[in-house]
Amino acid sequence: MANHTIAHNVYVPFLEKKGILSWILSTDHKRIGIMYLISISFFFLVAGVFALLLRYELLTPASDFVQPHTYNVLFTLHGSIMVFFFIVPGLAASFGNFLIPLMIGAPDVAFPKLNLGSYWIYLLGTVIVLIALAKPADTGWTFYTPYSATTDTDVVLITFGVFVLGFSSILTGLNFIVTIHKMRAPGMTWHRLPLFIWASYATAVLQLLATPVVGITLLLLITERTLGVGFFDPAKGGDPVLFQNFFWFYSHPAVYIMIIPAMGVISEIIPVFARKPIFGYKAIAYSSLGIAFISFLVWAHHMFTSGISDLAATIFSFLTFLVAIPTAIKVFNWTATLYKGSIHLHSAMLYALAFVFLFTIGGLTGLFLGALAADIHLHDTYFVVAHMHYVMIGGTVMGFFGALHFWYPKWFGRMFNETVAKIAWFLIFIGFNVTFFPQFFMGIQGMPRRYATYPAEFESLMALSTYGSWILGLGIFIMTINLIAGLINGEKAPQNPYGSLSLEWQVPSPPPLENFEEIPHVTDWTYGYGKKK
Amino acid sequence: MSTHSHTEERHITGNKTYIIVWAALMVMTVVTVYVSYINFGMLNIVIALVVASVKASIVALYFMHLKFEDSITWVFALFPLSLLALLIGMTITDTFTRTIVP
Repeated sequence: MANHTIAHNVYVPFLEKKGILSWILSTDHKRIGIMYLISISFFFLVAGVFALLLRYELLTPASDFVQPHTYNVLFTLHGSIMVFFFIVPGLAASFGNFLIPLMIGAPDVAFPKLNLGSYWIYLLGTVIVLIALAKPADTGWTFYTPYSATTDTDVVLITFGVFVLGFSSILTGLNFIVTIHKMRAPGMTWHRLPLFIWASYATAVLQLLATPVVGITLLLLITERTLGVGFFDPAKGGDPVLFQNFFWFYSHPAVYIMIIPAMGVISEIIPVFARKPIFGYKAIAYSSLGIAFISFLVWAHHMFTSGISDLAATIFSFLTFLVAIPTAIKVFNWTATLYKGSIHLHSAMLYALAFVFLFTIGGLTGLFLGALAADIHLHDTYFVVAHMHYVMIGGTVMGFFGALHFWYPKWFGRMFNETVAKIAWFLIFIGFNVTFFPQFFMGIQGMPRRYATYPAEFESLMALSTYGSWILGLGIFIMTINLIAGLINGEKAPQNPYGSLSLEWQVPSPPPLENFEEIPHVTDWTYGYGKKK
Repeated sequence: MSTHSHTEERHITGNKTYIIVWAALMVMTVVTVYVSYINFGMLNIVIALVVASVKASIVALYFMHLKFEDSITWVFALFPLSLLALLIGMTITDTFTRTIVP
């Protein structure tokens, strides 16, 4: 790559070409990133509407808005779409695609056609799942046996759709690993890489190594249903817990596929708006790999009450606590970066700060669940729901919104209304906490998850949680309108509105088709803020 | 940063090697089938898995050219095996220790 130069092109923004073919056949990583962004945002909003319907049903103790079966279908769809359509491809596929080549000084990813193929496989998977909606599954997004092997809803088609989606994830991971290894600009050494790249690398490794296991697991489930093999059926010598072992061997690392890119985003936003070099660069970089590695060792902490052996449970509980170390390393380093910084509360920074605050709550409540004794009481209660949403919304979604606000000018060459963005952030932050904080109390008081009805004593907390979901929904609605309005009539964005030192800000907004007129020579890391150049 | 001249070196394997590998795979397939007709008890599974692993290894080494790749490719090829061992090992640990109560 060192000799690859593009000689003095006239600036042509990558969005210049019009027409549907310029999109669906484009191998440009930036356009593929936009296609992912639109797809995942669409599914995020759809699954969000399901969540609002679930919360509306829970406004009163009786099952009066939807029937219990419909409720089961709704939470299955909410979970499946959020997890497999939105949050797993999520930041990695959308912002990963857009940013990785720009940040490392490359003209594109290593395999552009494969990249386009990944997107179409993703879309194919979503179509298969949508067809499955004719008889939607009611198993929850985890498809646990034995119920998933016996329910008469269409489990085969929805799991096959997820199986197909997995290939998209694997190929994207493969592409990014090779890109980061082989396409870095001269001088872009490993220890000068932006931390988003380190995070993307760790994520890509997880995508490549963990996803095949869920593919195999879902195939086993399909053969169980269609051929009656008996892998998970004790009557035939199988074991239902085996499904959980296999499923979580992927799905726990998948949690980190979801969150690590968001951690990368936060590591990019905080130094820019604190005007300070990132504190503990190497610690943050290697902790991403550390989290990725440890994530493979903790899967059975989802199964403490499933009848696994005490010995295995004890080992997994111990290993689970280890995850707290690399995670805390990140949080402390972000906080240390903020210390004595010249902090500017841009909307992207507000999302980053919300991430640090909310993710810390999500992470610490995870320790309650990792402790064997506490988990017996808390397992499958609203405490888990609250913990998981603090990590997934408080963490990943805040990171996603932060990334949207931070790189929006670069990606689209327009600015959004900053005041409206801050109002939306405030509503989202308040709405989120009002929705999910009461769920910790309900969980500790023993309210189990996944029920359409509940005892009257939970009514006030349940209602509070539902009101919170409306505030959260309103905030996300305002944010969406604000970002769309910016595309239509926003001011033209300058090249580098925040004074970032990262490579993607050194090209025009939106970036030219070939990214760089000449492949840059990198001489320093990207976090040298607060020093005279 | 690696350069093109380094990565574009390609090892050419002769047809003879491919034929030997193919023949070895065929012999091992015959062995697998033959052994399955003899009752060795638990050893049947062990033999089948060992033969299958050897076959997979020579496919990876020769047909997939792993033998001629650089160290980073070896890391990516071998690391998943340790994860597989982990998955099987910990799942078995659970299954075989369920009756032990501390």
